[in-house]
Amino acid sequence: MLRSSSRERGPLWRDPTFRALLVQGILLLALGAFIAMVVSNTLANLEARGITTGFDFLQDRAGFSIPQTLIDYSGDSTYARTFVVGLLNTLLVSALGIVTATLIGFAVGIARLSPNWLLARLATAYVEIFRNIPLLVQILFWYFAVLQALPSPRNSHSLFEAIFLNVRGVVLPGPQPLDGFAATPWALLAAVIATAGLVRYARRRQAQTGQALPIFKLGALILIGLPALTFVATGMPLEWSIPSLAGFNFQGGVTILPELMALWLALSIYTASFIAEIVRSGIQSVPQGQVEAAKALSLPGGIILRKVVIPQAMRVIVPQLTSQHLNLIKNSSLATAIGYPDLVAVFSGTALNQTGQAIEIVAMTMGVYLLINLVVSALMNLYNARTLLKER
Amino acid sequence: MADTITTTEPEMVAERRPPDLRRGLLGWLHANLFNTPLNGVVTLITVTLLSMLLWPALQWAVFQADWLGDSREACSGEGACWVFISARFESIVYGFYPEAERWRVDLVFVLLAVLIAWLVIPRLPAKRWVGVFALVGFPVLAFFLLVGGSFGLTHVPTREWGGVMLTLTIATVGIVGSLPIGVVLALGRRSKMPLVRGFCVVFIEFWRGVPLITVLFMASVMLPLFVPTQVEFDKLLRALVGIMFFWSAYMAEVVRGGLQAIPSGQEEAAKAMGMGYWQRMGLIVLPQSLKLVIPGIVNTFIALFKDTSLVLIIGLFDLLAIIRAGLTDSNWLGFATEGYVFAALVFWVFCFGMSRYSQYIERRLHTGHRN
Repeated sequence: MLRSSSRERGPLWRDPTFRALLVQGILLLALGAFIAMVVSNTLANLEARGITTGFDFLQDRAGFSIPQTLIDYSGDSTYARTFVVGLLNTLLVSALGIVTATLIGFAVGIARLSPNWLLARLATAYVEIFRNIPLLVQILFWYFAVLQALPSPRNSHSLFEAIFLNVRGVVLPGPQPLDGFAATPWALLAAVIATAGLVRYARRRQAQTGQALPIFKLGALILIGLPALTFVATGMPLEWSIPSLAGFNFQGGVTILPELMALWLALSIYTASFIAEIVRSGIQSVPQGQVEAAKALSLPGGIILRKVVIPQAMRVIVPQLTSQHLNLIKNSSLATAIGYPDLVAVFSGTALNQTGQAIEIVAMTMGVYLLINLVVSALMNLYNARTLLKER
Repeated sequence: MADTITTTEPEMVAERRPPDLRRGLLGWLHANLFNTPLNGVVTLITVTLLSMLLWPALQWAVFQADWLGDSREACSGEGACWVFISARFESIVYGFYPEAERWRVDLVFVLLAVLIAWLVIPRLPAKRWVGVFALVGFPVLAFFLLVGGSFGLTHVPTREWGGVMLTLTIATVGIVGSLPIGVVLALGRRSKMPLVRGFCVVFIEFWRGVPLITVLFMASVMLPLFVPTQVEFDKLLRALVGIMFFWSAYMAEVVRGGLQAIPSGQEEAAKAMGMGYWQRMGLIVLPQSLKLVIPGIVNTFIALFKDTSLVLIIGLFDLLAIIRAGLTDSNWLGFATEGYVFAALVFWVFCFGMSRYSQYIERRLHTGHRN
């Protein structure tokens, strides 16, 4: 039965459309009032405390030094430069951590499914221990209990008289590129492009003719062979600066700060325990029937793993893995607890204390993390769209 | 030749069971540790590594450790010196809470323990009322007990709080506060009103995109700027606000996962019965979806609990910060390992307990099909 007259529709406040408008209007008003209140309070407070606003401070001289800088930096540099140095340090420890955490995580995750009882239990113990201890405790443990307990530079532990471990960090032989070394990285880039092209060609060829190329061997040959050949042809233009003890400290070589070591270790070990669980559940999510069917087709074991199990497991693993990588990047901000000069430590810490411009600095810091998050999420959505099960 | 064959058994030899390789210690070892040569090698390597790590660790932590005493002289230096912990146990538990008032903390601890036990043990009755009390009555009661200043109790300012007590306070407030906000945000994110949905999406994604440290920094340096000058904004309260908002966003995503898992037919059926929005949500959708996501909620609790240690960075003295402060005591230099191992152990016990409970509840609530 159709109702035509509006009289029978009941009172106005029962009308869903009206109610939705009302609720949203109230929300908008409340939000506006809240923001207006915060802004007016903030302006009054800033004026009362004599804090200037705006981003002009970025051009001012920072006046403090940073123990680890990937680009040129000195006390005379600007706050803008401080920001970039901190950001690069954050990205450095994140990149290192992501690589090692993923490697350890995959190893432990696969070990949890091992038929070897002892290995599987050990992997389970690893996961249960490290994911239930706060990351901050782990960072402090590695830094204060392990690395700070190492001997002084004069009594360093040494490995082959080339790598030294002491309370000031790890000193490694540092590569010193000479003239003509630049050709090698270019050769590597060319090799990567060539391999990518080869992979595409091999895929098309296999799709058309059914014949597969030994792509793995060919790719490895190009990737290693081409740069190595270039390196030798240009006369091996690389020297190693071997660290040596001079006075109370080491000269030459590359020093990895103990702060970086502690943070890297803790981030890798902690995040790996989560990645291990993701890898395990990903592999277990592949139905047993898939493997059985592949066996029934008499595919060899390696092919079953590479072409049947891993592609399906990856669809489950990759999104969660990415979110763990994002967590790792965000967790690297705990650097500030041990004084590793990451973005939060140098910018939200030292720079904020010096300038007092809390709003601009905290907003910039948060903005960086938000941006990283957004970019990675966008890439992830793209991946998800590509690997989505095509259900028909 | 027939008489030479005299050794024939008069009867059949009794049947003997074949040696069973699948049973007993040897069989187990063979099946689980040495079934292939590769596995055998792996086992041997693992055993060697374990014995190299575990034995010295046990020696250090237990056999050669010093347990008794009340000063540094009690430490022999051969193994761990747990005297470092026992000597400052009071401050690890209560922080700087005045000694005469510590019974109030004890009372809250006992109440909390009883409430949790009541809610966790399935056999005990009246779960709903105890739950309501735990979420509403208990925080109010604990607030008046811990802060004081009324009912004849002396006022204890929050800067004197610390140790396990502060850690549990932050964790409890974070949990009690973030769950309801999270549920509201999750409902808002699925709302059909564009403004409500947009607000919730931005709110959730903002907090999920930034590290907790920057949130705490924001809470400690920016929040005082947001309120009128004359308002005194307690440092602990600021941290709590930050933590609550931060975790409510994570909670919202967990709850949203549960909401999405409920077939839309449930809500449509409720609608057909003439139920309003809050009735549909409160009576039909939320009970089902919250039950589904209990493991996720507990996992968020665990993460929240672990991250309470971050308040150390803005200068609050939680369990970890108290231990770290103890390490800088000039009488007790060089006990970093003992201190951090103890902190790790305390956190681990809490987190592992929660994760076990979450697994248990997952199995218990798994009323659907099992594969």
